[in-house]
Amino acid sequence: MSGTLLPLALKAAHIAVLLLVVLTAAAYLVWFERKLLARMQLRLGPNRAGPAGLLQPLADVIKLVCKEDVIPAAADRGVYRLAPALTALAAILAFAVIPVGEPVRLFGIEQPLVVSDLSIGALYLLGLSSLSVYGVTLGGYASASKYALLGSLRALAQIISYELPLGLALAPVLMLAGSLSLTDIVRAQASAPFAVLCPVSFALYLISSLAEARRTPFDLPEAESELVAGYHTEYSGMRFGLYYVGEYLNMMVLGSMGTVFFLGGWLGPGLPGPVWFAIKVGFFCFLFVWARATLPRLRYDQLMHLNWYWLLPLALANLIVTAAGALWMRGGA
Amino acid sequence: MRLWRSIRGTVDAFWITLRTLFRRPATIPWPEKRRTPAERFRARIVLTRDPQGKERCVACYLCSAVCPVSCISMQSAETPDGRRVAAWFRINFARCIFCGLCAEACPTRAIQMTPDYEMGQRDPLRLLYEKEDLLIDGPGKDPGYDFYRHAGIGVAAPRGSLPGERPPEDPRSLLP
Repeated sequence: MSGTLLPLALKAAHIAVLLLVVLTAAAYLVWFERKLLARMQLRLGPNRAGPAGLLQPLADVIKLVCKEDVIPAAADRGVYRLAPALTALAAILAFAVIPVGEPVRLFGIEQPLVVSDLSIGALYLLGLSSLSVYGVTLGGYASASKYALLGSLRALAQIISYELPLGLALAPVLMLAGSLSLTDIVRAQASAPFAVLCPVSFALYLISSLAEARRTPFDLPEAESELVAGYHTEYSGMRFGLYYVGEYLNMMVLGSMGTVFFLGGWLGPGLPGPVWFAIKVGFFCFLFVWARATLPRLRYDQLMHLNWYWLLPLALANLIVTAAGALWMRGGA
Repeated sequence: MRLWRSIRGTVDAFWITLRTLFRRPATIPWPEKRRTPAERFRARIVLTRDPQGKERCVACYLCSAVCPVSCISMQSAETPDGRRVAAWFRINFARCIFCGLCAEACPTRAIQMTPDYEMGQRDPLRLLYEKEDLLIDGPGKDPGYDFYRHAGIGVAAPRGSLPGERPPEDPRSLLP
């Protein structure tokens, strides 16, 4: 009896802890971003709620929950309600395959630090990042508002375009690792992280992940100076909160993907695996915020030009060169 | 060449934001740290008194006329000795933009700007300052200045009787 229940209970506890950690981290990522952005602009950032503004995320959640949930009269009600959940869901589901450390022994059972070590983990992640487009597109369409519609159209075109260089940047890594399982990909980086072996892939990943996350040089879908707030213009209360959480979760997913594919996941000297993993994801988040503090928004034609004229050919060339290199190394060995 | 310039422009920008991260923020968190405003900082408006302790304001309406947001209103009156005063004087600080034109227009140095900027209120009606709220006990800036000693007719003393003053000229006389 206990032999079958214990692993199940452990799994459930694992998922609960993961959800708690991930959602708290997403809330504090907002604090981290606001604080960092402020310091880069010679401001102080949030400092009223709690010491150093550390209770700010809590205050924001209370505010969002207490706000009225407005649904526009002309909105497609069902889709309007579903869309924010889709965005957040796609981001949360991605954490299921991300390994954060070596397996640990708990109550005599080998417990891997990943909810599900899928053999096609990389494919699953790319699939989910495509799925998150639905939340944005449907939300913009269902709002029955011109700004929301324009924002969602932009998001759709942008995310679909930038998924190509993102996928092609990951392809050389998958080739070198010889596996689609994220655990195997991390293990393959024991000698050197793939950021060193494929620097071009890493650079391409950084740029296109900024576009995937719809963050500042590529934040056209939410361009507040032109489109109010883009696809979530009409949303209020906790539905807006779900979009918000989804956006920051997405940032963490992309950071985790970067960590797993390029920075060697949980591998690192001295500290335990999950700590290394958190440090590396934090580094990616820092890069995202840094880019937001530095770069102005691209124009729409520049966005498409950058992708189709530069990133995509570069990614293809990188793929071919890496494949040739890998083939040559294998033939020589 | 253009590509090189674009890359350098981007890298430079990232370097600047990273450097700024380690500089001290320019923000002064208000209730904990209060900055001392400059001497001629323009904030709360006051009505001052002359060296004798009488109201300097002669209700000439110049401040009210010059005010770009029309936040000053008053009613002139006369005391028995012929001195002009304001029967009532009101400044609506909910409207005031603290431009300082009223203080500049005042011929008697009655209306003056002070550096006291902490005057926020939740109820806008409490920003309506009456004459009693505006009047201060001292002369403020330019403490020795007394308008009536220079221009007041027969109020401070008969014409030509003040020290350093000559008797009034007779405009009909040809003699020097």
